[in-house]
Amino acid sequence: MSLTQQHKKLERNVTLLSVGAFVAVAIGGIVEIAPLFWIDNTIEKVDGMRPYTPLEQAGRDIYIREGCYACHSQMIRPFRDEVERYGHYSLAAESMYDHPFQWGSKRTGPDLARVGGRYSDEWHVQHLQDPQSVVPQSVMPSYAFLSDTELYVGDPSATLRALQRVGVPYTEADIENAPTDLKAQANPDADAGDLQERYPKTQIRDFDGNPTKVTEMDALVAYLQMLGTLVDVNSAAAQEELAEEKGR
Amino acid sequence: MSAYETLRHFADSWGLLAMLVIFITLCAWPFRPGARDRNRDAATLIFKDENDGE
Amino acid sequence: MEAVLGRVGLWFLVLLLAIGAFAGAQDTAFAAHAVLIAIVAFILIWVTANSYDPLTKVQSMFHMPSDPSRYDDDPVRWGVLATMFWGIVGMLAGVFIALQLAFPALNVEPYLNFGRVRPLHTSAVIFAFGGNALIATSFYIVQRTCRTRLAFPSLARFVFWGYQLFIVLAASGYLLGVTQSREYAEPEWYVDIWLTIVWLSYAAVFIGTIIRRHEPHIYVANWFFLAFIITVAMLHLVNNLAMPVSLLGSRSYSAFAGVQDALTQWWYGHNAVGFFLTAGFLAMMYYFVPKQAERPIYSYRLSIIHFWSLIFLYIWAGPHHLHYTALPDWAQTLGMVFSVMLWMPSWGGMINGLMTLNGAWDKVRTDPIIRMMVMALAFYGMSTFEGPVLSIKAVNSLSHYTDWTIGHVHSGALGWNGMITFACVYYLVPRLWKRDRMFSLRMINWHFWLATIGIVFYAASMWVAGITQGLMWREYGLDGYLVNSFVDTVEALHPMYIMRAFGGGLYLLGGAIMTYNIWMTLKGRVREEAPMSQPIFDDEKDRPITANPAQVPAE
Repeated sequence: MSLTQQHKKLERNVTLLSVGAFVAVAIGGIVEIAPLFWIDNTIEKVDGMRPYTPLEQAGRDIYIREGCYACHSQMIRPFRDEVERYGHYSLAAESMYDHPFQWGSKRTGPDLARVGGRYSDEWHVQHLQDPQSVVPQSVMPSYAFLSDTELYVGDPSATLRALQRVGVPYTEADIENAPTDLKAQANPDADAGDLQERYPKTQIRDFDGNPTKVTEMDALVAYLQMLGTLVDVNSAAAQEELAEEKGR
Repeated sequence: MSAYETLRHFADSWGLLAMLVIFITLCAWPFRPGARDRNRDAATLIFKDENDGE
Repeated sequence: MEAVLGRVGLWFLVLLLAIGAFAGAQDTAFAAHAVLIAIVAFILIWVTANSYDPLTKVQSMFHMPSDPSRYDDDPVRWGVLATMFWGIVGMLAGVFIALQLAFPALNVEPYLNFGRVRPLHTSAVIFAFGGNALIATSFYIVQRTCRTRLAFPSLARFVFWGYQLFIVLAASGYLLGVTQSREYAEPEWYVDIWLTIVWLSYAAVFIGTIIRRHEPHIYVANWFFLAFIITVAMLHLVNNLAMPVSLLGSRSYSAFAGVQDALTQWWYGHNAVGFFLTAGFLAMMYYFVPKQAERPIYSYRLSIIHFWSLIFLYIWAGPHHLHYTALPDWAQTLGMVFSVMLWMPSWGGMINGLMTLNGAWDKVRTDPIIRMMVMALAFYGMSTFEGPVLSIKAVNSLSHYTDWTIGHVHSGALGWNGMITFACVYYLVPRLWKRDRMFSLRMINWHFWLATIGIVFYAASMWVAGITQGLMWREYGLDGYLVNSFVDTVEALHPMYIMRAFGGGLYLLGGAIMTYNIWMTLKGRVREEAPMSQPIFDDEKDRPITANPAQVPAE
């Protein structure tokens, strides 16, 4: 066998090995992940889900930036103790607009999937500024700087546009009005326009107790206060039961 | 029957059987008699240059 | 000269682009990273234009031998140094965040809060410490098992330095608040693109070297490295699909949402463990354990079965991170079944490694490096048993969201990845720097015991913490109400968190001893010390066990 032929054979072997290994590792992912995109009972059909308002999305970006997901989950499992502690178990539909998801993997602190409306704005601000002043045994770091930092999101329309490109159903009106929506939600005196109609159940108020400016605290508290408030879970549960009976 | 159910029935019958056959064949493959010398060569090739080529 | 000019021009272009990116940056973190790139480009211009070679100077600082040997070991030497450096950084960050959980006053907002330092810790130990160890050992092993020098030597150097830039960009980004929030894949889109370029170059060097080999067989260690490189590329590309908000800003949004996003992330997350921390490190095991024990791997056939079954099964196990969540039940069950099956190939690999010592078990007593390897394999076996147990849904309902998971991860990471890396570095350093042996074998022994005891403290405290918290969460009183508020469970964990930090501290101390030992070896010093085990001579017992010793020695 000539040298070139031999060389070819060696090359073929490493190619074969690479291809074989790739096929072996590709199968599992394809079988498990791909069906989630087309089996339509993966996400139940519920009423009430809407994309985040620009202010809530800004708060969500802060939540991600500070790594809150490292200690707080947003996924209530269907166990008696969890449902009693945190509320109705989480539905897949409730994170359908979450790019990225924030289910978390560790509860150093409690689950936050339905924390919205459970505490007052003042409680949240005080707790974020100095957690131990509210819960003495807490091991949470303090986030007092959020109150001092003015909210800066660059171009709010660009944020919504990027989310629209990955599939969040923002309308052109939403994108166009994003800069004014952002300010208006934290200012009860401003003219919010049709913010409420475009984003049902939007809470419009000054969240951080400082009406002079819109801070990162405003955004984060606005996000926390809307978590789990969109879907009427009881009607969703009823729907789910119905679906099960029908075998959907 | 939905596509999901068809696929599921296939997966837990013929699919399962095919995987089992492939699995057993692949496990038996390195034990075929011809492979003995090959394997010994491969296993000891790391000792050929005692000095690590320095 | 023209080549130098061309290179200066290239770096100048990079400098201009970086300055442009700085000027148009949408957020401060992106601007900071643009400045960082500009500084790197400026240094490169300066170095190239002056034909000044700082590398030789630095190489002499680290006492690197300059004589060209049969193999291209420069990138390996740098890789070993980087492994040690990032190892210490990562462990230090780990001890720091462990103490933060025990004493929250240690959080310094905003940059050194737990949420920002935690990804720094995980990335530093997995990708910086582990990644450099993998790059260094893969370059070392592939040359020796293929009996050829590295293909594309300058590309190999680019892989090393490019990877360090990736680490610096990622780590500084976390502290500045740049994160995708995908665990173990936190770097944002532009850092991901950079890593993709570096990784494909790595694949080119590695596969190129295998193609050039002067050896008919591809040794099994290279199979594992190959699978590791290919799979990590696939995982990285799919999991990081994202839409940047602006090409001059750091923020991006994942291409997937909710349940699909969760499964994609944990398909990635679990296989970062499976291929980065398992397949790659098994490759190290398959070369260095036989070399140090001076006997071939116990069963080469088993290693082939081990390889195919491990890589095929691992990829399915991701959904066990999402038990009882909104992920469809069929996916959870598939994940659980495959996780349990994964126990077998994992133990196959462990047995193959341990049985290699068959007939040479005395080395566990006399050779601290072998002892480290055996301990690494033992921890590998332990955590690959614990993993399938935790993936069973009934167990997972208790363990998920608790510190049990943290304990499990660390018995694998500290016990398996850490120990096997230390052993390999102890094997490599004297050979790469052409010394007779390490500065001190007794210090290796100290390192071994500090690390082992550290892991015991860590794992035991996290088991107790996890089970305690899991049980307290679901505890009901006779009145039918939940007994504990959430913060009661936090309070109960305080002593465990202190014990964990203590265990981590011991492990870090072992790392410090290692650093000193290596530095002294680099300087060419040899510590005068009593040999590791001095058997006491007993004339009475010094006679053959059998009356008539066999003529032919056993294999």
